Parts: sequence; structure tokens; C-alpha cells
Amino acid sequence: MKHPARVFSEVIKHLFKKPATSRYPFEKAYIFPNFRGRIVFDGEKCIGCQMCVRVCPSKAIEIPLSAEQPPSPAQVEGQPAVAARKKFDCIMKLDHCVYCGQCAEVCPKKALAMSQDFELASVNKADLRRHYK
Amino acid sequence: MSKITIPLGPQHPALKEPENFMLVLEGEQISGATVNLGYNHRGMEKAAEGRTYIQNLYLIERVCGICSHSHTTTYITNVEELAKAEIPQRALAIRTLFAELERVHSHLLWLGVAGYEMGFETLFMYTWRDREQVLDCLELLSGNRVHYSINTLGGVRRDISAEQKAEVLKRIKFLEERTQYYIKLATQEPTVLARTANVGKLPYDVAIERGAVGPTARASGVARDVRKDDPYLIYSQLDFNVITHNTNDVFGRLVVRALELLESYKIINQVLNNLPEGPVAVKIPMRIAPGEAVNHYEAPRGEDIHYLKSNGTDKPERLKVRAPTLANLQSVAYMLEGGWLADVPLVIAAIDPCMSCTDRAAVWNPKKGKTEVYSWEDMRKLGIEHYKRRGVDFGRL
Repeated sequence: MKHPARVFSEVIKHLFKKPATSRYPFEKAYIFPNFRGRIVFDGEKCIGCQMCVRVCPSKAIEIPLSAEQPPSPAQVEGQPAVAARKKFDCIMKLDHCVYCGQCAEVCPKKALAMSQDFELASVNKADLRRHYK
Repeated sequence: MSKITIPLGPQHPALKEPENFMLVLEGEQISGATVNLGYNHRGMEKAAEGRTYIQNLYLIERVCGICSHSHTTTYITNVEELAKAEIPQRALAIRTLFAELERVHSHLLWLGVAGYEMGFETLFMYTWRDREQVLDCLELLSGNRVHYSINTLGGVRRDISAEQKAEVLKRIKFLEERTQYYIKLATQEPTVLARTANVGKLPYDVAIERGAVGPTARASGVARDVRKDDPYLIYSQLDFNVITHNTNDVFGRLVVRALELLESYKIINQVLNNLPEGPVAVKIPMRIAPGEAVNHYEAPRGEDIHYLKSNGTDKPERLKVRAPTLANLQSVAYMLEGGWLADVPLVIAAIDPCMSCTDRAAVWNPKKGKTEVYSWEDMRKLGIEHYKRRGVDFGRL
């Protein structure tokens, strides 16, 4: 059965509807709560096990030792000296990262997490190498 | 009339991806066509050999942007088969859900592209707007629109909550209504019929002879669907039909894909309403036991085959991907013959080609220092010699 110009009624209805697109830079895009955005790092939790570095499919993450290490705690008399807890930094190369979130998933101390930050484009390459301390 | 050979592509406004078709024309009619591949080769299979099994998941996902879940699921089924892992039912159900959501998004995309190629841009705009709904479902569940990364070794990465389930069902209900409208539009609008009927004919016996897969084969009346023929994931527990059509042309392919959308909505509803309880993943060791595995999977475009060879380390020794477009390209050469030049973009688009999936092999000869293309006879000779060394003689066949 042929039914010509069936689309016209739909087209005319759409004339009175709001646009389906959003005015993006002026109007913020809606991001779902579990969106996989830029990785955030918590230096207090990191134990430097390098699991994230090993699983990363794009070699985007590095966990070097921090330049400044916390002082060792004062020795209590009669007990052996306690070594200071080492502190680690995180270098994220945003231009390498594929935002799969495997590092955040494998982290045993949950020092890495995915944020909802997605506006990461930059013309300056230095901006894409984030050094978290 | 004298014959003239013209190249279509690799760079051509009518093609979405680089591929080359050499068309022999008699006036405006095509009397012969050959397909040349190799413009989109990215060396993914070789790259997979240098990465661990878990890193490969994210590489294999990027074989194709549209069927990213198809490729990882086929790959991971091979890995889990070699590791002899027992995957929880809930994980398999979530994988099936993603497979069907992916089919919905791929078929809606194709419907739009087909509308665009036949000059019906209103259909293109409407289907792509509605496709946002299914992309939102995928983002809601997995955190990303295109590369969902839901698979992990031994299961899936994210569970589905009750709120997410309700949200997805709401969107699927809306899409079902819209799809009913598109089916009416596509099957009753005379302009669509005039543009697609009797274009790119592929008769039943030719479809079988040339090994067509997926909707291309089903539109020629071949009831070939891996989900029914060799059920994987939880398809054996689901109720759905294999859609076939007998017009053998582009119109048939349009109808098959549109009706398959309705079957997919049916499957999504069944999976979400009967989601088994339990864990979503089990632990799998980093090193996979040595062995070989082959698995197939019904991707939105057709049958996708993966071969995996493991040598006992944490990296695969060999991975081979046979994407559905490669199987369908043999049919494209047939479909183009006898047709008109103006129909070429529509006929090529009708198989839903994905060249970045397809381009897997190039032969590099270091002695001559150049890339060679092997003819069918050369490939056959190589194959016979290879099996002769292993003690099997195929030379007499």
C-alpha cells in the first residue's frame, strides 16, 4: 500500500517543537553520574604499587616518587625506627589517555578515580601533561 | 558502446571511508566492478600481540566504532574459553543487553545513512535524533556513548541498578513507537520504494555462493543468524525471530533492519525484566593457558569471527579478526554489476560497510621492499604449501 507524503504531517508538527540540539558552549551538556572523564589522583592514598601503570593500554600514566618526601616520624624510645611512608606523584598524559578507567578500577587503595570533567581540549601540549601531587 | 573504467575512491564524496571500487562503465551502466581494499590498514592484529590480555580489550574495542562491543565480546569469549572460566549468568545477561543496544544504535544509524544516500534527508535527521536516546542508554549504563568498555576478563565491569533499568526501559518504549512510525514511512512512501526497489539485486543462490552474512544475506531470504544457529551468551533462553525478506534488493535490506530493531527491543525488555541475580565478574589469572580458540558472534552487520592463539604468557601469540564487511564485499561486486552509476553509493551503503573493521591483511616483502597484493591463486598455493608442511595434502582438491 502506497501512502505518499506521509512525512509532511510530521515535518509540520516539528516546526512548532523546540530544537533537538543543545546550544552547547552556552548551555552545559548533561553528564551522567558515572561518566568516564578525566582521572583524578589522591596522593594521600597512593602506595606506589604501579598496578595502574601496568594495566594502562595507552601508557598514559606514570607514578614517580615525589620530590619532597615527608620526614620520618620521631623515634619512640625503646622501639625500632619507623621508616617514613613514601609519597608518590601522578603524571597523567591526557593526550594518550583513552578514558577506559581501567586504572581506577584496578587501584587497590582507590587513589585514582574518574571525574566528570570532559572539556580537556587544548592547543598547548604542556596543558595535556598533568602533574598531580 | 565503448567501455570505460573509472575509479571510485579511495577518496570520494560518496564514500564514508577510504576504499576503492574500479567500475567498468558502458554509458551509465556498470558492466563490471572490482573492490580493492587496504587503505585503512592499521596493524591492529600485530599490535595485539604486544599487549596483555586486559590491555587488548581496549585495543580490540577500537577495531570498529560502531560494533565495539561485538569485537570485544568475541575476543573475550575466546580468552575465557582458554582460561576455562565459568562466567556468572548476570554478566552474560548484561553482555547480551549491550549487544542488543548496540544493534539498535547501529541499525538506526544505518537507516539514517540509507535515507541520506537516497536523498531522503528528513529520515536521516529524525533517525539520528532518536538514536541519541539509545546512545544515552549506553552512556547511562557504561559511562561512554561509543566505547562502552563494559567487558572485562571474567565478566562485566558495571552492574545495573533498578533506577538505570527503569530509565532504559522508558527510552526503549519511546524508540519502539518511533520505529513503528519509520517502518510505516519506509514501506509506504513511494519515493523510498522508487529509489530502493530492484536496486542492487542479490538473488538467494548468489548470496549463498558469495557467503553473504547478516542483514545482507537475510534480505535475500537466507535465514542465517548466529544468535539462532549457534546461540552464545544467553540467546538460547530468549524469544525472538530471525527476520528475512525475499525482495533481494536494497528495499529488502531496509525492511530487514527496521524489523530487526523491533526484535532487539523485545530482547532488551526480556533481558532487563529477567536479570539473574549474582556477581557480575569472576577473577581470571593474568596468564592464559596455551591453546587455540575460535568464536563467532552476530554483530549488527553480520557474522564476526575471532581466532586467538595463546602460548601461556600474559600476551596472545596470534589474533585474527574476520569482520562481517569482508564477507559482504564479495556480494557488492555482484550487486553493482548491471546497475546504474547513480545507484553505486546506495548499493555500497546497503551492506553497512565498515572498512576500518575489514582492512586486516597487507603483505610486506622486505626483499623487494614493497607491499604486495596476493591473487586468489597465490593465496591458494600458499595455503596448500602451509598444510603440506603440517602433513595434510589439499593439492588434489
